[in-house]
Amino acid sequence: MGGSKADIIAQLQRDILSLQGFRSTAKSTAADLGLGPIKHAFPNATFPTDAIHEFLSGAAEHSAATAGFISGLLGRLMQNTGACVWISTARSLFPPALKVFGIEPDQVIFVTMERERDVLWAMEEALKCRGLAAVVGEIKELSFMASRRLQLAVEQSNVTGFIIRHQPRYTGVTACVSRWQITPLPSELEAGLPGIGFPRWQVSLLKIRNGRPGVWQVEWSGGRCNLLTTPAIAGPQQPEHETRLRV
Amino acid sequence: MPQRYVNIWFPHLMTDWFSIRRKELRNTAFVLAAPDHGRMIITAANPIAQWQGIAAGMAVADARAVHPSLQVIDDIPTQAEKLLDALGKWCIRFTPVTAVDLPDGLILDASGCAHLWGGETPYLEDLTTRLKNAGYHVRAAMADTIGAAWAVAHSVKEIITVIPAGEQREALLSLPPAALRLEPLVVERLLKLGLHHIGSFIGMQRSALRRRFGVEMLLRLDQATGMERETIQPLVPVEPYQERLPCLDPIITRKGIEIALERLLNTLCQRLQQEGKGIRTAVLKCYRIDGKIEQAAIGTNRASHHVDHLFKLFALKIDAVRPDPGIELFILEAPKVEDVTTSQEALWRDAGAIEDVGLAELLDRLAAKAAKEGIRRYVPDEHHWPERSIKLAASLGERPATPWRTDRPRPIRLLAQPEPVMVSAPIPDYPPMVFRYKGVVHEIKKADGPERIEREWWLEEGEHRDYYAVEDQEGRRYWLFRSGHYDVDNPHAWFIHGFFS
Repeated sequence: MGGSKADIIAQLQRDILSLQGFRSTAKSTAADLGLGPIKHAFPNATFPTDAIHEFLSGAAEHSAATAGFISGLLGRLMQNTGACVWISTARSLFPPALKVFGIEPDQVIFVTMERERDVLWAMEEALKCRGLAAVVGEIKELSFMASRRLQLAVEQSNVTGFIIRHQPRYTGVTACVSRWQITPLPSELEAGLPGIGFPRWQVSLLKIRNGRPGVWQVEWSGGRCNLLTTPAIAGPQQPEHETRLRV
Repeated sequence: MPQRYVNIWFPHLMTDWFSIRRKELRNTAFVLAAPDHGRMIITAANPIAQWQGIAAGMAVADARAVHPSLQVIDDIPTQAEKLLDALGKWCIRFTPVTAVDLPDGLILDASGCAHLWGGETPYLEDLTTRLKNAGYHVRAAMADTIGAAWAVAHSVKEIITVIPAGEQREALLSLPPAALRLEPLVVERLLKLGLHHIGSFIGMQRSALRRRFGVEMLLRLDQATGMERETIQPLVPVEPYQERLPCLDPIITRKGIEIALERLLNTLCQRLQQEGKGIRTAVLKCYRIDGKIEQAAIGTNRASHHVDHLFKLFALKIDAVRPDPGIELFILEAPKVEDVTTSQEALWRDAGAIEDVGLAELLDRLAAKAAKEGIRRYVPDEHHWPERSIKLAASLGERPATPWRTDRPRPIRLLAQPEPVMVSAPIPDYPPMVFRYKGVVHEIKKADGPERIEREWWLEEGEHRDYYAVEDQEGRRYWLFRSGHYDVDNPHAWFIHGFFS
């Protein structure tokens, strides 16, 4: 009886997930985005590829760390389907650095728009384009309405969207599936060696729909995130049967 | 298709122009005059002055003697040419091929155009009424040849004359010899001989005519009757890929423009598809009824004859078209057309998604709103200098000629311009201990370097740079450089150039 009840709950949970737009497509199951243990925070333990991910970034150093982390994810995403569009109001990304994260920098198209409003419009247009692997947008503010539009566009086309928000004034509710914050950590080398080691970040998953938020300290080496310490779960852990249908 | 030509003669071109611009001149006698050998000679007289016996070629002093209150205005030498040019371009709404016939006429190639107006007479009526309403005196004639149309327009005292196809020879018979565009000397000689009508010498032996009046006359005669072909130089060269859509009523709504555009695109793309071509640039010209031309232009990243896609590109530009009083003619031109490589699409999809058609179409749409040169893709360039280590890809299809380098650390975010930082560096050729950037002091814990990058002397002059990758106490990573050699007296030579992830 207990076993069958657990089965029913698991089945219902899968139904709820599919109703909320989490489809286990061939693309998302095949893609191991090199996140290592972080992936257990996501529903079904797979990174939601058909969704918008929001990254908060403070100073320029943080935005560099954020860009690094996203590039790591992009490197894996682009292996399958190819091109990526990176939209901003002023390009500051240096393409040759992307190669380290497994991206062919010539497969990234940089779009510079004049206004933030146009960046959102361009993102929406780009997210509707099925031929892309991912779309990255750099903006400051993101209203719930705008994020909802982007999310709807994504659900049609299965393109992964990343939004980097530079020093946002308001961090209210958005329709994005997750909210991240990446901050740099001091790197470490083997004792006695001079120089700088592999990049290390503190990855904070502040919000994740139907998942478990957490904080991890990782090092990017060998094309994947390697955990430094045991993951510290931030905030109350959501019991699995309490997943609510949120739009 | 039989050729049909229209000649429009403006008997009072320049005086009409002055009357339109200066209302007070409309009911007075006035002439235009230009200096010639120290005298003022009349170059044009308006109808009222002409009726009083004043004609072009008289001296102003003589005319003043006849009519003391005559107004004299200085002629503008090149104005007639400019005016005819503008009028000729305006006439493009009647036919794509229009030419200037100096000094005071226009020639239109109206072959196959008149049926859109319901016949040749309504065609000419519409044309002349519009010009008359604008304030010009006109005479227009239509015939199979330019010569006949010219002769009839300049000699018959009717505003509209249509010579039916093939009857130009009969029409010429009663006209004076001057109607043949002959030299004044030849005309004079003909009149002297009593040949007052073309009919009285058209049947003469050609050898006799040639001996007495020259080859020129025979040529003009043949051109008028259609034995000899005559060509005109169109004012606006006709684009090989062009579609026209005249409208019965002026269009003023966006919806109307969209319908017109869609129709034009449909016909043009159908034609392009048959020829295996696609549009790279296209221009939509909207001719307004007040004579102004509104334009909207688009460009694509790869040749396309996809109506929906091109329509979307134009849709972003339609807002800029101002149809204020109404648009009466739409012309869609494709100045740049290229072969479409449809057969390659499927092959390329595997090689690199950058060749994707959907992506190219997306970029076309984004280009409409992006900043200037806002869409970029980079390929490596063979330079060590960071700013020059990448170059813009010329097209979506361009592949890197050399592989991307990963042997040296490069920051993920590069400042557009290196910014100066204050440092304290203890020993030459060592990374600094502390640096201050934007008011924040960073204590350097770890560092890599130096990596010396020399300036390329064949491109520009200046100091080399010694780059250091440094990490501060909080783990933030920077790319610093010292410009030139270490110098105790000059601590300002340090710059920050980027941020590592």
